[in-house]
Amino acid sequence: MSVLIYVELDNGSIKKTSLEAVAYGAKVAEKTGDKAVVLAIGRADATALEIAGNYGASKVLHAADDKLSHENSLAYADALAQAAEQEGSKIIILSKSGLGDAMAARAAAKLKAGVVSNVTALPEINGSFKVTRGIFTGKAFATTELKSDIKILVIKKNVIEINEDDVASANAVVETFSPQLRDADFQASVVNVEKASSELSLTEARIIVSGGRGMKGPEHWQPLVDLARALGAATGCSKPVSDLDWRPHHEHIGQTGIKVAPNLYIACGISGAIQHLAGVNGSKCIVVINKDPEAPFFKAADYGIVGDVFEILPKLTEAAKNL
Amino acid sequence: MKILVCISNVPDTTAKITFTDNDTRLNKNGVQYIIGPYDDYALARGVELKDQTGGTLTVLHVGEAEADPQIRKALAIGADDAIRVNADPLDSYFVAVQIANVAKQNNYDLILMGRESIDYNSGVVHGLVAEMLGIASYSPVMKLDIADGSATISREIDGGKEILKAPLPLVLGCQEPIAEWKIPNMRGIMTARTKPLTVVEPVSVDELTVPEKYFLPAPKGACKMIPASEAATLIRLLQTEAKVL
Ligand SMILES: Cc1cc2nc3c(=O)[nH]c(=O)nc-3n(C[C@H](O)[C@H](O)[C@H](O)COP(=O)(O)OP(=O)(O)OC[C@H]3O[C@@H](n4cnc5c(N)ncnc54)[C@H](O)[C@@H]3O)c2cc1C
Ligand SMILES: Cc1cc2nc3c(=O)[nH]c(=O)nc-3n(C[C@H](O)[C@H](O)[C@H](O)COP(=O)(O)OP(=O)(O)OC[C@H]3O[C@@H](n4cnc5c(N)ncnc54)[C@H](O)[C@@H]3O)c2cc1C
Repeated sequence: MSVLIYVELDNGSIKKTSLEAVAYGAKVAEKTGDKAVVLAIGRADATALEIAGNYGASKVLHAADDKLSHENSLAYADALAQAAEQEGSKIIILSKSGLGDAMAARAAAKLKAGVVSNVTALPEINGSFKVTRGIFTGKAFATTELKSDIKILVIKKNVIEINEDDVASANAVVETFSPQLRDADFQASVVNVEKASSELSLTEARIIVSGGRGMKGPEHWQPLVDLARALGAATGCSKPVSDLDWRPHHEHIGQTGIKVAPNLYIACGISGAIQHLAGVNGSKCIVVINKDPEAPFFKAADYGIVGDVFEILPKLTEAAKNL
Repeated sequence: MKILVCISNVPDTTAKITFTDNDTRLNKNGVQYIIGPYDDYALARGVELKDQTGGTLTVLHVGEAEADPQIRKALAIGADDAIRVNADPLDSYFVAVQIANVAKQNNYDLILMGRESIDYNSGVVHGLVAEMLGIASYSPVMKLDIADGSATISREIDGGKEILKAPLPLVLGCQEPIAEWKIPNMRGIMTARTKPLTVVEPVSVDELTVPEKYFLPAPKGACKMIPASEAATLIRLLQTEAKVL
């Protein structure tokens, strides 16, 4: 038997969030006395996949069929279910993302598996199998028991701390995996793909600098972007900012936008409405810059500066450049 | 065209979440319920597409009678009729089986949902339902147009977007800016009272997951304030004290 972990690829390398999933899966496998097997779908060199071994996987199944080179949640879910059958996997782990959720859902329906999303800790396994998950957009947690034979967990970012010094150097064996592909999974045609190529993806970013209505207008964003550059951070924004088209919609953070969990979140001119906080409450450290000392965001912050963003941002950028 | 919009009934986004009964139940005291905000986007786009194509729109909720005011609101916004599967749902799988069961009997061309519920935040019901029906699903959908039996979908993918053309039927999880939230008008509210709301009993489902206990996050420590004149020291604190740089 084995614990099966699906990893997402970015330009042929395993994403950081997926490496966390591998480390998580390997810990689960240790508890259950199984092997940790990884599934990777899409173009990649074997050497880029072998590193899954460093995080505890013994084998990587690589589905590299050309038809699978473009992200396709239907076909990928089919491949995941087939891999689970081949490997006799009773536990399947994915990291939280649009693709991860879609694959987990479809595979759950195929395998009649219980699926729990937003898992925030390792499972408790002793007779029963219980996990903790985030609910109400991070405002609370629930302990849930999985009773199904096959269990699918979609884990949140930062559930497991990877200390790069502890990473072993044990390469995993990479095997070609050729799932049966169904025509039904390829009915859609891709008309266009736009990658915001130069920008760092918000969900993967370790640091995010985010702006609200207090930034006054799209023409005033440069000081924020400068700080983000100096810190190697991604940029985000509040909902009104994207509603007003000051910033693109994919930067909108909050309950109705993207949920982020960076190490550091710097909020500039954002009041801290509960719907915005819901998208950032997974952050390790929150810095708030606001001219209003009563802004609710300070209650959720670790560090605060009361003042004008346009005076403060250049000072921070200067200091960050001298790091 | 036949459209189905699935709505969840969830605590308002500003609700303070607490638990009762030894932390085994959500404390509903003083909690205002709303249609899930993402489901509201799905409903708004559904109504626009119905008006464009001269089709019909049904709303579906899996839950108890306490959701009826929210279902009536959806009717007031423009749905033609409503179905409520009378159950106390316990997980995504249960909800999906009920939705798929209703869908099998009615052959909808388009099943619209929100990208995720704001109570359990799973983002899995669309994929589960679509797989149960043997059709495709996409989420999160930010733009949707229908012509000649297929949908043109603009969808968010990691760090960018993708435009797809896919044949109907489809299950889609919606998010802004697919449409603007709609507010019911007086006429809508009046006609909603007489539109049909059918209550059906659930089909039985094996229990796959069972909620056990709820808890709240540990309270946050105090915020350390730094004078604006010494702003630059923040960077050093982030490096040496918080260790996040
Ligand atoms: C159902 C629902 C869902 C929602 N979902 C989201 C969501 O996902 N994400 C989200 O962000 N919002 C969401 N909202 C909106 C939310 O309620 C707030 O309206 C929004 O977050 C406020 O954005 P803001 O902080 O940028 O603007 P404001 O509330 O206008 O705050 C601007 C802040 O900037 C400060 N400021 C002004 N000038 C300066 C200056 N020169 N220097 C420093 N500070 C300055 C002000 O003191 C103020 O605190 C949602 C609302 C609803 C009803
Ligand atoms: C009293 C009560 C207690 C509950 N306790 C739990 C619990 O402990 N654990 C649990 O997982 N769930 C519980 N639920 C059910 C929960 O409210 C959700 O309906 C269900 O869990 C699906 O959530 P999700 O996050 O998987 O949905 P997602 O997959 O995030 O939802 C995607 C979309 O599916 C549609 N959808 C979701 N739920 C419904 C619905 N009920 N009816 C119609 N369409 C829907 C919406 O369009 C939504 O945007 C409870 C419900 C009630 C009324």
